[in-house]
Amino acid sequence: MKKRGIVMKKIINHADFVIPEMMEGFILAYHNYYTKHPEVNGVISKNSRKDKVALVIGGGSGHEPIFSGFVGKGLADAAACGNVFASPDPGTVYQTAEAVSQGKGILFVYGNYAGDNLNFDMGEELLNDGGIQTAHVRVWDDCASAPMERMEDRRGIAGDVFVVKIAGAACDAGHDLQEVLRITEKARDHVLSIGLATSPGQIPGVDQPTFELGENEIEYGMGLHGEPGIQRTTMKPADELASVMMEKLLSELDLKTGDEVCVLMNGLGSTTILEMSIVYRKVQQILSGIGVKVYDADINSYCTCMEMGGFSISILKLDDELKQYYDAPCYCPYYAKEGK
Amino acid sequence: MEKLKIEQAKEMLIFVADQIIAAKPELTEIDSKIGDGDHGIGMAGGLQKAKDKLLKTTEFSGVYEVFEITGKAMLMSMGGASGVIFGSLFLAGAKGAEKKEALSAEDLAMMMHKSLVAIQERGKAKMGDKTMVDALAPAVTAMEKHCFEGMLPMLKCAEAAAAEGLEKTKSYIAKFGRAKSLMERAIGYQDAGATSVWIIFRSMREYVESKGMY
Repeated sequence: MKKRGIVMKKIINHADFVIPEMMEGFILAYHNYYTKHPEVNGVISKNSRKDKVALVIGGGSGHEPIFSGFVGKGLADAAACGNVFASPDPGTVYQTAEAVSQGKGILFVYGNYAGDNLNFDMGEELLNDGGIQTAHVRVWDDCASAPMERMEDRRGIAGDVFVVKIAGAACDAGHDLQEVLRITEKARDHVLSIGLATSPGQIPGVDQPTFELGENEIEYGMGLHGEPGIQRTTMKPADELASVMMEKLLSELDLKTGDEVCVLMNGLGSTTILEMSIVYRKVQQILSGIGVKVYDADINSYCTCMEMGGFSISILKLDDELKQYYDAPCYCPYYAKEGK
Repeated sequence: MEKLKIEQAKEMLIFVADQIIAAKPELTEIDSKIGDGDHGIGMAGGLQKAKDKLLKTTEFSGVYEVFEITGKAMLMSMGGASGVIFGSLFLAGAKGAEKKEALSAEDLAMMMHKSLVAIQERGKAKMGDKTMVDALAPAVTAMEKHCFEGMLPMLKCAEAAAAEGLEKTKSYIAKFGRAKSLMERAIGYQDAGATSVWIIFRSMREYVESKGMY
């Protein structure tokens, strides 16, 4: 594909085999941790929870390491994976969840997108028909995707990581489904994110980038699939980007002196830890400036959009309860917390 | 007035599948303007699965099962919003229907009516939301109004109503999917899902017409 003289190179064999071949390689590499469901694209932990509520996550592929790479100890028991940027079908949701069900119920955590909502709902209905109790938490942390009054129209982005982390710890604690649901919803309601795009990604087999952005342009609030954001402007220094993004987050987050937060700087695919570290430096300065303490922070690329350039900032506002679950240890090949 | 027999329903749905598969580039282009650009890939993939399943199946327990198999193959393979919505188009109206060896025009209209109700319940889309419902709802209304005139006249009216509904999607702001965030920037572009609905109805009409059914 050619765009402004740049050839977008995709390391694939054929667009039709992207998902099966990706799945095959991923499972082969992490065979110590994962197995694949024999019939559907479900990644299943070899060490899934026993006698507890099971946590199942999922969504479209192309955002790795989320969702498949967040299956692990203290995290998800399984992930139902769809095609590129398309939610898994109800059969995949159903069979993946059934494989890890322990008779204590299933909690689903996924991003709030029309396709995911429809397919996970149908998957839940199939499980309920089979006598398996279910609940779900839709993550809607992207504050640029809809105004606060229409919270349920907001999309889920990197805030997924915090919600999955807390949900996993709540499952590990041995609570029943209702209590795991309450804690996970609380985590979801304490997370807020905003993104920034510098360049598009490209879906394998589609001869166009997911969006177009001028040479020296950036867009605040652009979504994980190139959904339009809130403001397009010229490229600015890192500190200025951080300030604009933090201003938007702080306008909605009710943060006071003495509050504690966790921060996630999430790269969208091609933005470096070097760059995000520079942004984080300013983020921390802004938070310190208002007397907010950063309990933990992370700079990585967990929720990606192919080779999209840009990053998001996610903030989890802690209280004693959430801190306790955040501190519980977890481990998967892409994410680990040791606790304090 | 002729009825659609099991073998004809199977042939008709395979023809519909072939038409959607052939329209993959067109659907991709339409969806790329305001959507994710994956509608054509998803629809063609789902209907290819449905076609494979239909070709492999030799014994059907009735004519509704032909539609059920098609819908289920789409529902259980496509993913995305289209998988549930277009799978339901063929599955929801046929599921649980009284077993029949052949469908009258009235039966087909009733089946599509039930599917429309199920799709709106799941997807929550109303007329004017710039979705496939904008083509499907008028097509179903036309079917109900003209089902006593025969299969071909009914499908001709349904196709025309779907085309008209599709055209109107150009003037709407989207309420669902990626196009939603474009607000008024989505105006001027037609909805990809409504385009698929129109192709499906056009293909059903073409099949019925090519067989000399009335």
